[in-house]
Amino acid sequence: MLMKGSQIVMECLLEQGVDTVFGYPGGTILNIYDEFELHGYKDKIHHYLTSHEQGASHAADGYARSTGKVGVCFATSGPGATNLVTGIATAYYDSSPVVFITCNVAENLIGKDSFQEVDITGITMPITKSNYLVKDINKLADVIREAFAVARSGRPGPVLIDIAKNVTAAEGDYTYLPVSEHANHGRLATMLRRANKDMQAPDPDMGDIDKLLDLISKSERPLVLVGGGVIRSKGAVAEFRKFIETLDAPVASTIMGGGACPGNHPLFTGMVGMHGSHASNIATDSCDLLIAIGCRFSDRVATDPAVFAKNAKIVHIDIDRAEIDKNVQTYHHIIGDARRVLELLNERLPKHSYTAWKEWVFSHGEVPLKKDNILHAHEILETISDLTNNDAIIATDVGQHQMWSCQYYHFTRPGQLLTSGGFGTMGFGLGAAMGAKVGNPDKVVVHCTGDGCFRMNCHELATVEHYHLPIITVIFDNRTLGMVRQWQNLIYGKRFSQTTLDRGPDFVKLAEAYGLKGFRATNQPEFEEAFKQALAAGCGCVIDAAIDIDAMVHPMVGGGTPVTDFLLH
Amino acid sequence: MNTVIKRHTLSVLVENAAGVLSQVSRLFSRKGYNIESLAVGTTDDPEVSRITIEVLCGDQQIDQIINQLRKQISVYSVRLLPPASSIRRELCLIKVKAEDREVRNEVIQIANIFRANIIDVSPKSLTLAVIGQESKDDALEGLLSEFGILELVRTGMVALERGEATISNNANNKETGEFDLGKNIL
Repeated sequence: MLMKGSQIVMECLLEQGVDTVFGYPGGTILNIYDEFELHGYKDKIHHYLTSHEQGASHAADGYARSTGKVGVCFATSGPGATNLVTGIATAYYDSSPVVFITCNVAENLIGKDSFQEVDITGITMPITKSNYLVKDINKLADVIREAFAVARSGRPGPVLIDIAKNVTAAEGDYTYLPVSEHANHGRLATMLRRANKDMQAPDPDMGDIDKLLDLISKSERPLVLVGGGVIRSKGAVAEFRKFIETLDAPVASTIMGGGACPGNHPLFTGMVGMHGSHASNIATDSCDLLIAIGCRFSDRVATDPAVFAKNAKIVHIDIDRAEIDKNVQTYHHIIGDARRVLELLNERLPKHSYTAWKEWVFSHGEVPLKKDNILHAHEILETISDLTNNDAIIATDVGQHQMWSCQYYHFTRPGQLLTSGGFGTMGFGLGAAMGAKVGNPDKVVVHCTGDGCFRMNCHELATVEHYHLPIITVIFDNRTLGMVRQWQNLIYGKRFSQTTLDRGPDFVKLAEAYGLKGFRATNQPEFEEAFKQALAAGCGCVIDAAIDIDAMVHPMVGGGTPVTDFLLH
Repeated sequence: MNTVIKRHTLSVLVENAAGVLSQVSRLFSRKGYNIESLAVGTTDDPEVSRITIEVLCGDQQIDQIINQLRKQISVYSVRLLPPASSIRRELCLIKVKAEDREVRNEVIQIANIFRANIIDVSPKSLTLAVIGQESKDDALEGLLSEFGILELVRTGMVALERGEATISNNANNKETGEFDLGKNIL
């Protein structure tokens, strides 16, 4: 059927089952936006207009992380496209499947420094799994199909499609093709033909699985380390929980693994690394077998890679072969999808018991939490935990509040913690929370942020209000860039260079200016009351929760030092 | 960790498409390694290009680069060519100042010894073409420099494995299957 490129884009999105797009229009992408009205695609694909392209990119990312579907984001050429860059990098570092569609200037204007022209495929090459510049209407549909396949397969990640404006206006032939048929067409078919493994039923190597089972049988002090790979792999969490319960060994988590093991599980030792718990960090140093699943030993986990888990044989399970031996040297690896590897392990793994080792690991507790008349971060999170029954989706920004959220909220399922773990993007949270709420209208969505991070993208409150998204923003307001101040406090001789945020706005009034409800809390009872009211409000709310300027994240290990050398207990 | 910097020759089969060369070369610059030489051209299959890259780095670093290369969707196969079992050649064009007869004769003699061809003659210059490895090129360059080299250009090294082994049948091992698993789009 003959149709315009812009309509082919819409039809291809429908092929993928896309019903939600976040974006921002502009000159070159006008033809695509016109389709919402011209052919009524707005009834099938709901478009959420954000305040800024960055907000749209984080929203599509948050939607993808919280639903497991591929997120979609639109933006125009030039500044519209470059405003996505932070969002694309955020998705790339945390392996989140998002398809970004931008339009470039018309082909005859490309390369002439035209108005709002930028080489966005060149710019995003290192932060996308793959990207495309479409200049031929006949390739448009196959490129979009390929982009979705690439984004969601293997180790998921962002993909960018840049379409020249004239292609969106040109007419081309379009035939509907179900997703199951896509791999038989175009470049996808070539890619599969060239692979030298049977891609219809790709299983991990059984010899590798058996070797791990053998290592487990000989181990006296095994430790499981879970990362984001188990969260991204569909159905892996159920297999993972079966695995750890059969193995009955302690389980530590990276930030991205939050939710794989329930936060209150008796085997869970907490986060590992720079702000890892004593139990986790000491266990990595003392274990004789470290089974790492879907993690990449980043510098925030293996703070000193040369001595990380130095007494252990490290077994690395990952879908991405390039992660093996990248940051730490491993003893053995298994390549495969986390769900499938764990399934095969579960079929053969006998019940184990490591009572003495477990007791020893859990004997390393944390310093007692403060309780007095001022508000503490852990009290905020304990209150949220209690009032949401550990079921809320928590979107965070980056810094102290992010670490506290991971430490004190008990995540119970995948897709519940939305945080920029790899890239560390301040300003990620509000956009991500919007995407999560759109994708999970039945869930309570809480946006935990700091006063520094919130300022970065608080203009998205306009989007929260317009689409009636009842997101609760909790500002851990210490009137400083808390995490940087913590470093300045501990490492930089208390020279608080450019981190004090003794400035506006009044966040309660700001919320009201956007037509939302604002609350203030300075102690636990006030916070509890405010959060209860926010839950009942049914609209977007902002709670400005005042905490101490010198509150710190405990424990802390300095960068580049062993995870057992606590700078702060 | 002991990092002995040495010359590595990589042969890479890639999809013959726009942007792929830049994708490959960027992986090197991202890690901060300087490409010594890079040569690219299509193969017997017009949809496939072969890139030969020479880079100076340590063994562990080259492993990282290979892994990152193999992960790319447009990269079909990567082979590190060991110096002992591969042949490497590059073409070098050298334009030499040759204004009097004596110099011309001497340059022609040197060219004959090195089996270089004289491919252009003008009243004031001679241009030589020589195929070889860097040692031969360097020796020739050294001898010609006393006459005055006006210009010099190299194609970059190309290399193949000795014997019947090819990049494709070499690629058929467990590790390649592991990379393919990550690229599976089904």
